[in-house]
Amino acid sequence: MPEFGLLSVLIWLPILGGTVMLIIGERSGGSQWFALALSVFTFVLSVPLYAGFDSGTADMQFVERIPWIPAFRVEYFLGIDGLSMPLILLTTFLTPIVVLAGWEVVKLRPVQYFAAFLILEGLMIGVFSALDGLLFYVFWEAMLVPMFLIIGVWGGERRVYATIKFFLYTFLGSVFMLLALIYLYLQTGSYNILAFHAVPLSMAEQIPIFLAFLFAFAVKVPMWPVHTWLPDAHVEAPTGGSVILAAILLKMGGYGFVRFSLPITPDASQTLALLMIALSLMAVVYIGFVALAQQDMKKLIAYSSIAHMGFVTLGFFIAWAILSRTGDTAGIGMGITGGMVQMVSHGFISGALFLCVGVLYDRLHTREIGAYGGVVNTMPIFATFFVLFALANAGLPGTSGFVGEFLVILASFRANFWYALLAGTTLVLGAAYTLWMIKRVVFGAVANDGVAALRDLSVREFMILALMAGGVLIIGLWPAPLVDVMSASVDKLVVQVTQSKL
Amino acid sequence: MESTYLAIVLSPLAAALIAGLFGRRIGRAGAHSVTILGVAVSCALSAAVLWRQVVDGAPADNVSVYTWLVTDGVRMEIGFLVDRLSALMMVVVTFVSLMVHVYSIGYMHDDAGYQRFFSYISLFTFSMLMLVMSNNLLQLFFGWEAVGVVSYLLIGFWYTRPSAIFANLKAFLVNRIGDFGFLLGIAALLYLTGSLDYREVFAAAPGLQDATIDVGSWQWPALSMACILLFIGAMGKSAQVPLHVWLPDSMEGPTPISALIHAATMVTAGVFMVARMSPVFEYAEAALSFVLVIGAITALFTGLIALVQFDIKRVVAYSTLSQLGYMMVAQGASAYAAGMFHLTTHAFFKALLFLAAGSVIIALHHEQDMRRMGGLRKYMPVTYWTSLVGCLALIGFPGFAGFFSKDALIEAEDLSRIAGAGFAEFCIVAGVFITALYTFRMFFLVFHGPERMDAEARSHLHESPWVVTLPLVLLAIPSVIVGWFATGPLVFGDFFGDSLYVRPEHDVLARLGEEWHGPMSFLVHGFQSPVLYLALGGAAVAWFLYLRQPHLPDQLRDRFGAVYRLLENKYYADWLAERVIPAAGRAMGGAFWRVGDVTLIDGGLVNGSARVVGWGAALIRRLQTGYLYHYAFAMVIGLALLAGWLLIRPGGS
Repeated sequence: MPEFGLLSVLIWLPILGGTVMLIIGERSGGSQWFALALSVFTFVLSVPLYAGFDSGTADMQFVERIPWIPAFRVEYFLGIDGLSMPLILLTTFLTPIVVLAGWEVVKLRPVQYFAAFLILEGLMIGVFSALDGLLFYVFWEAMLVPMFLIIGVWGGERRVYATIKFFLYTFLGSVFMLLALIYLYLQTGSYNILAFHAVPLSMAEQIPIFLAFLFAFAVKVPMWPVHTWLPDAHVEAPTGGSVILAAILLKMGGYGFVRFSLPITPDASQTLALLMIALSLMAVVYIGFVALAQQDMKKLIAYSSIAHMGFVTLGFFIAWAILSRTGDTAGIGMGITGGMVQMVSHGFISGALFLCVGVLYDRLHTREIGAYGGVVNTMPIFATFFVLFALANAGLPGTSGFVGEFLVILASFRANFWYALLAGTTLVLGAAYTLWMIKRVVFGAVANDGVAALRDLSVREFMILALMAGGVLIIGLWPAPLVDVMSASVDKLVVQVTQSKL
Repeated sequence: MESTYLAIVLSPLAAALIAGLFGRRIGRAGAHSVTILGVAVSCALSAAVLWRQVVDGAPADNVSVYTWLVTDGVRMEIGFLVDRLSALMMVVVTFVSLMVHVYSIGYMHDDAGYQRFFSYISLFTFSMLMLVMSNNLLQLFFGWEAVGVVSYLLIGFWYTRPSAIFANLKAFLVNRIGDFGFLLGIAALLYLTGSLDYREVFAAAPGLQDATIDVGSWQWPALSMACILLFIGAMGKSAQVPLHVWLPDSMEGPTPISALIHAATMVTAGVFMVARMSPVFEYAEAALSFVLVIGAITALFTGLIALVQFDIKRVVAYSTLSQLGYMMVAQGASAYAAGMFHLTTHAFFKALLFLAAGSVIIALHHEQDMRRMGGLRKYMPVTYWTSLVGCLALIGFPGFAGFFSKDALIEAEDLSRIAGAGFAEFCIVAGVFITALYTFRMFFLVFHGPERMDAEARSHLHESPWVVTLPLVLLAIPSVIVGWFATGPLVFGDFFGDSLYVRPEHDVLARLGEEWHGPMSFLVHGFQSPVLYLALGGAAVAWFLYLRQPHLPDQLRDRFGAVYRLLENKYYADWLAERVIPAAGRAMGGAFWRVGDVTLIDGGLVNGSARVVGWGAALIRRLQTGYLYHYAFAMVIGLALLAGWLLIRPGGS
């Protein structure tokens, strides 16, 4: 007798709701109310994942497991641990916000717009909770479709170029992942990810598997040099699309590393760690400079996202450098924890920044930095939020942006002084590109008639940004609740990466 | 005591939030009342804490408030270490802050951002208290960056002025360069000691004297490396050369801010940090020498710049840079108590000088150029006399607070045997002459001589209201008397107790203390040293140049044009910081983007591969023409080739 658990509800309720909306179509008004109610309800339902979570164990929780395609031993296998649970909550928290962000703004096919986000939500939760490789792959690929439509239908002028670039990049990446999954199926006789973790693999097997996964995940994160789809996708995507893209989609890449690459191919990860560290630092330093040169706010934030995600991969892959330098595992967990916290924090901060740009875009219909100036004069409340999120993006202590970067820098000092030094440049570069944008957009005298005519936040916009600000500040001032739920799973991962499979 | 400490920290924060979030509802009077109340509570409780520490002899208090996070066995906490060092800083910070709050009622009277201003300065007080009361490196860094942010907001307070929002970005970024070093220093200490908690770090320091950190293939002495990295943070916050470039520009903020943040409290955070970390710095001789030399360079060379400034606030700003250098020199010579004492006296007399400058500025309707001042003595008696007190204290005139702190510092330097001490002593002794020269140049240009303002401004001249002059008087009092009773216990006594640590072989103050026979004999001794005559000489030269022979400065400028230009351009450090480095960064970013992302990756890889696919497709499309005879022809050719190959292959039939 299959049980229908909480995770299934969280996955299928939004998908079902979205489908119903599509079927009913434009006939009835109030689609945004339905979407909001459903997404808020989903969020409320997801709270027990946190409240009922046992942070003392690294075992999978809220497990659901029934056969799906028995011939190939494919299962409908769901479960979460400390690595996936925060990302699911991030998803359920952000979806209502995205619905609110599109409230009065989306005039074209609003029903389909909101339905796409609901379906996307369910699929993303599916990605984070799937413990069967093929199920994971199905969610992973299915999720591309609503995102593709969101950019392609509701996007800006060059949306077709951006969509195709986005699709090709991510699709190419995941084809290799499918090959790796099939190979692992042949080795273990199932698609059970936990069995993948346990299966011994030679170095000759691990390296190709690692590279196959790397291709899929690196595109999603995105890592240098496969990052160029992201700025284009962001620029063309509607505000809500950008928020979900930055806040959650990118996290799938980071999640993939901790769920697949590190535990399945620890020896290959070790062998190629230097490459991964180099790519991560490239993201932090090189992309930091690139962000400095941007004239388009969304592009700037997109590049800033890439730089910040560099900390995620850096935190994950310094493990062996720490081990070989100090002969001790201390610091490995700190790096991984830092990377995980950075993912959650980046979800809030980049999401909030895109929402801020959206607020401006809705009014003046331009994202050019040069089209603004002196916004604080006409929108003081908005300016307060924007400056807060900008400072968080620059890694100010007391905001969530600090926590992950701090931990990763501390941990990378244990690995190598130069890693810490290069990673630390974000303190200067991050502040430079973010606050220089703030200087040009927010501060100064009123630059033109457009800015002079701006009106400050509506109640709806205020609520969205206040919720985001709450998240940024709570995690920044008291990250312990977030770190505690991860710690058992992180400890287990540390054991997995430091035990050779050879 | 935990609730007391929490009240000290949280009352300014609560006041800041009320004034900031509900400013419109509570109005102007509400905003300044609530913030002044918050800071007054904080100040009174801080005084009680200091009393309890010093007079009642209570032991140092180390309390943990909450656990920020635990990861990998490292517990990161928010907590307070209240001992005599932090208690002194708490009193200095809250007292100066209270004075500045009161003063701002008058100074900011006509400003549209009145509530915002009071919210910011209370928020600053909270951040600064978090910094000085911390018991761990994490919270120190939190306070460190938080004061930086409030400073950023306050320098850019008048955000419609291009110069203000330029200055605040510059200040933040230069400070971030320092913080970058600071964070690496924290990481180094965590790496070495496995903890961020002061007491655990301090306990581990003696055992790490010979430890090294491998940097590439080099082995660097671990503690010196960590301390130099930490000190790079102090160089940003306390504006030491070459990270000093932000402080003069910070004068774009309202004058009360210059007094509070950019003279008395925030900029001394670096000095405080070195004192706080003295148990670690003591085992890092190379780092001490580094501190000493940087401090000495700052003390002398920024003082020289003050000689050619005409903006009254900038003169005081460069003077602040120079005095911060003096404090750092003391820290480098292990004379932490002397450095902290100079920090304390400087907080009083420099806040006084800034507020007095502000009083002059409002009297002249926001005129800051000293070339349009002069003869203000008779219009503004209270400002005049309190300024005189501030100037005498600054140049170290016998009996005034600055005399005791500066003399103790110079004498200590004389005894120090650490590398660089000779150079440092030369710089700070020469600096005494320079200090007196620029100080009295300013004093004479502002208060004496001909009245150079226009008639319109002259007709409105009058003394400032009591909310402005009262803080001047209240700050003038400690600027006179504090040396008399505090020098003995603070510098030579055991005021600081265990809160500072000095290794016996570094303890210059103990040796100096053997000759200490009370303030009177110190005073008499002062008359026998050349330092005093350098100060008096500087003041006399200023009198001669600016009152007696006012045409001489111009002649000197023409005569020494190269030197003058060097000073006027601040050794071209600003040019480097404002023109060269940002332009290089932007150019690099642009080049990376256009060459790397757009041309190579997108143009080459992405669109390139698309093009390859496109060509391939075009090629294949050619084959599928749809004409039957093409296909038939291809089949015939193929069959012929196959048959031919079967016939002629080796070993075929």
